[in-house]
Amino acid sequence: MRSDAATTGVITVRVNQRPVRIVNGASVAVAVLAAQSACRISVTGENRAPLCGMGTCFECRVTIDGKAHQRGCQITCIEGMEIRCDE
Amino acid sequence: MSNGSATSADVAVIGGGPAGIAGAVTAAESERDVVLIDDNAKPGGQIWRRSIENQNSQHAAFWFERLAKSRVRVVSGSRVIHAERGELQVETDDSISRLRFEKLILATGARELFLPFPGWTLPNVVGSGGLQALVKSGLDVAKKRVVVAGTGPLLLAVAAYLCAHGAEVVCICEQAPMSTLTNFAGTMLRFPAKISEAVKLRLASRKTSYLTNAWPVAAIGGERLESVRISDNGRLREIPCDYLACGFHLVPNTELAQLLGCQLSDEFVATDDYQQTSMGKVYCAGEPTGIGGMELSILEGRIAGHAATNKKDEASRLFTERARYRKLALAMEKTFRLRHELKELASEDTLVCRCEDVTLGRVRKHTSWKAAKLHTRCGMGPCQGRVCGAAARFLFGWNVAASRPPVFPARCSSLAEVSSQVHGGSQ
Amino acid sequence: MKSSLDVLIAGAGIVGAACALELARAKMRVAIVDRSFPASGATGASMGHIVAMDDSEAQFALTRYSQVLWHELRDALPSTIEFDRCGTIWLACDDEELAEARRKHAYYRERGVAAEILDSAAVHDAEPNLKTPMAGGLLVEGDAVVYPPAATAYFLERAAALGATVILDRSVRKLGGSQALLDDGTVISADKLINAAGCCAPELAEGIQVKPRKGHLVITDRYPGMIRHQLVELGYLKSAHSVTADSVAFNLQPRKTGQILIGSSRQYGAMDERVDTEMVSRMLHRAFEFVPKLESLSAIRVWTGFRPATPDSLPLIGPWEKDPSVLLATGHEGLGITTSLATAKLIRAHIDGSEPAIPLAPYLPSRHILAEIHA
Repeated sequence: MRSDAATTGVITVRVNQRPVRIVNGASVAVAVLAAQSACRISVTGENRAPLCGMGTCFECRVTIDGKAHQRGCQITCIEGMEIRCDE
Repeated sequence: MSNGSATSADVAVIGGGPAGIAGAVTAAESERDVVLIDDNAKPGGQIWRRSIENQNSQHAAFWFERLAKSRVRVVSGSRVIHAERGELQVETDDSISRLRFEKLILATGARELFLPFPGWTLPNVVGSGGLQALVKSGLDVAKKRVVVAGTGPLLLAVAAYLCAHGAEVVCICEQAPMSTLTNFAGTMLRFPAKISEAVKLRLASRKTSYLTNAWPVAAIGGERLESVRISDNGRLREIPCDYLACGFHLVPNTELAQLLGCQLSDEFVATDDYQQTSMGKVYCAGEPTGIGGMELSILEGRIAGHAATNKKDEASRLFTERARYRKLALAMEKTFRLRHELKELASEDTLVCRCEDVTLGRVRKHTSWKAAKLHTRCGMGPCQGRVCGAAARFLFGWNVAASRPPVFPARCSSLAEVSSQVHGGSQ
Repeated sequence: MKSSLDVLIAGAGIVGAACALELARAKMRVAIVDRSFPASGATGASMGHIVAMDDSEAQFALTRYSQVLWHELRDALPSTIEFDRCGTIWLACDDEELAEARRKHAYYRERGVAAEILDSAAVHDAEPNLKTPMAGGLLVEGDAVVYPPAATAYFLERAAALGATVILDRSVRKLGGSQALLDDGTVISADKLINAAGCCAPELAEGIQVKPRKGHLVITDRYPGMIRHQLVELGYLKSAHSVTADSVAFNLQPRKTGQILIGSSRQYGAMDERVDTEMVSRMLHRAFEFVPKLESLSAIRVWTGFRPATPDSLPLIGPWEKDPSVLLATGHEGLGITTSLATAKLIRAHIDGSEPAIPLAPYLPSRHILAEIHA
């Protein structure tokens, strides 16, 4: 959680049904990383987290409000978002 | 979902980084109708990416203000997934639309080159620009130990940024040897602004050791990264850390240019003095024409903006300055050329394709990218070869050119939407 | 003078590769040549279904025989081939199509193919994401799906292990008179030459009626469980039949990866590899009519391929009347993956003079002459 003066508030989203408090304006990928170490499990079972941070590597794919394969690093958290990802 | 709507513009600019913003603003000076399409929530691209704190560099602030004051229509959160017959197909999170253009300026930027090495797929092994982007998007790195590795001045910039956000940057590993760096310092004397930039960056990260002749050989950890083994002037040592930020050069984003039929020169989009590509209506500015940094991108964007609006004289006035920056870019490229040892880091069972988990051993049985793709599925995942293809090109020298739509994964409904123009059979 | 080789095969697609393996198993001295890498033609672009088709007795005989061969082979196949006995459901949208489904059902049952009529409730139960209401369908549980490039590579590997020579990145310029002339000037002699060059077959055998029939495919990201069987509309064959018109037909395939392969389209004309967005649009719209959820799925890739098609929709298998040393093994249109194994068996039987499991006559290249004679 950020504590510098520029914080513009804290919001809550849910990652795999667990509430996660995150600074307002944070991306979904960052919210997931605040909750667990991985965004997704690879096809051979490896933990994966964002690599490129800019929407080209697709390692940060999660399901947001029911829509699968959303790039978490490209999407800003909104209060109440339901994020599902591999655990 | 709003589907099938179509608009038009005199000049469409794709990519909201320095080149795109400069190009759009410049083109708009001529009273033409200019649209700037960008995939992020706000323009800025990578180097001017907005952070939650919304602090901008001087350059960025200057150009954001010009953009705001201009007549440019900014369309954010939008990806161009296809282009044909003078039309772009633009997808957002909930719509698909078409944009007809008279002239097009491609300012699609570049992405980081990721080199496979043992452990590179562990969580918290990130791109150097990638880690910066994540911090800008809210990642808290206060008191986190970070190793920054790779090549080029960008490493210093990233290290300084991370320090400013509370990270402990343990060391910077520059793969180039010291001798080539000191030669480069001589070149930098012709660019005073750049020197103070570099010195400032170095001072900011003074608790950080700056190693040359150094590169990561393995990332170690269980659930996530725990330490990095580096080769430091021939000596191997292990550094416990929370993040490894790797910056090994940039790869130009030329997929859309290729789809449009623009000729490539090596892996870059070929352009003439006026930034025009081999396809008459299409211009290209910035990193896709050659990696050269922010100032060069801005210049090329301005030239393209003038050229696309028939202001060739104005464009040509910028040629001299562009030549200076291109010379610097060339010097940078020579100095920071990737050494051959980096091609040998990966072992047989190191993954090359992260989407489909394909190992180096399987990929290198083949003699071409096409064959490797078909037979191992390397490059067939959602990244469409952006990570593994670039790695394969570096490792094997393969031609990884690709030119099929969609440029990015797109909804099936978007692919199904077709222009009424097509039925007319025009052009 | 006897050649050092018994057989030279031009074309390392799945048909050529299957022939190489079958003939190497028969202890023949085999060489196989491809202008590029294995499966780089139609095989690499194909859907990979293994299906018993009832378009004609001859087509049924070939596909059914071959399907049985695939099942016999399945336990030996490496996992890279992703053999998946997912079955096919032929979908009936209305009573007329349901009647057609019943006809097919009877046809299959009479010939020993397991098939089951599904009523509306059963078809929706089997595939919950189908648009309601479907009238019903026909489940053919023995149909399967494979990943064709892996199968091709496997056949070649096994053939090479049995002594076959595999020559890649070499074009065959001339094929005839027990000789193959390669693009680097090499001349290879072989008693028998097999033209398995797919859409390029006419370049090596002048006058044979094989024309490219362009198809498009779209593959999605992973959505495991969204569909469970291969799904085909009963109108599929109408599309496959049309000799001139551009057509689309609904065809969906679940892959073991959880990705969904969406097809199919057919167009005659020049071999233009570029994606035709209008055809893709038509094909997708047809697919949405059956599985509306497809609309919101993420599509990763779109590609094209060219099926080698003949005027009567049956492949050319057997001796070429213009050259006694040449055998044709081409023109499989959309059934090359399925019939690759049977084609290899038929070719072998012809070469070694043994009795083929099914009559070769319907697939003989010379049948067009016979047709003209009888016309």
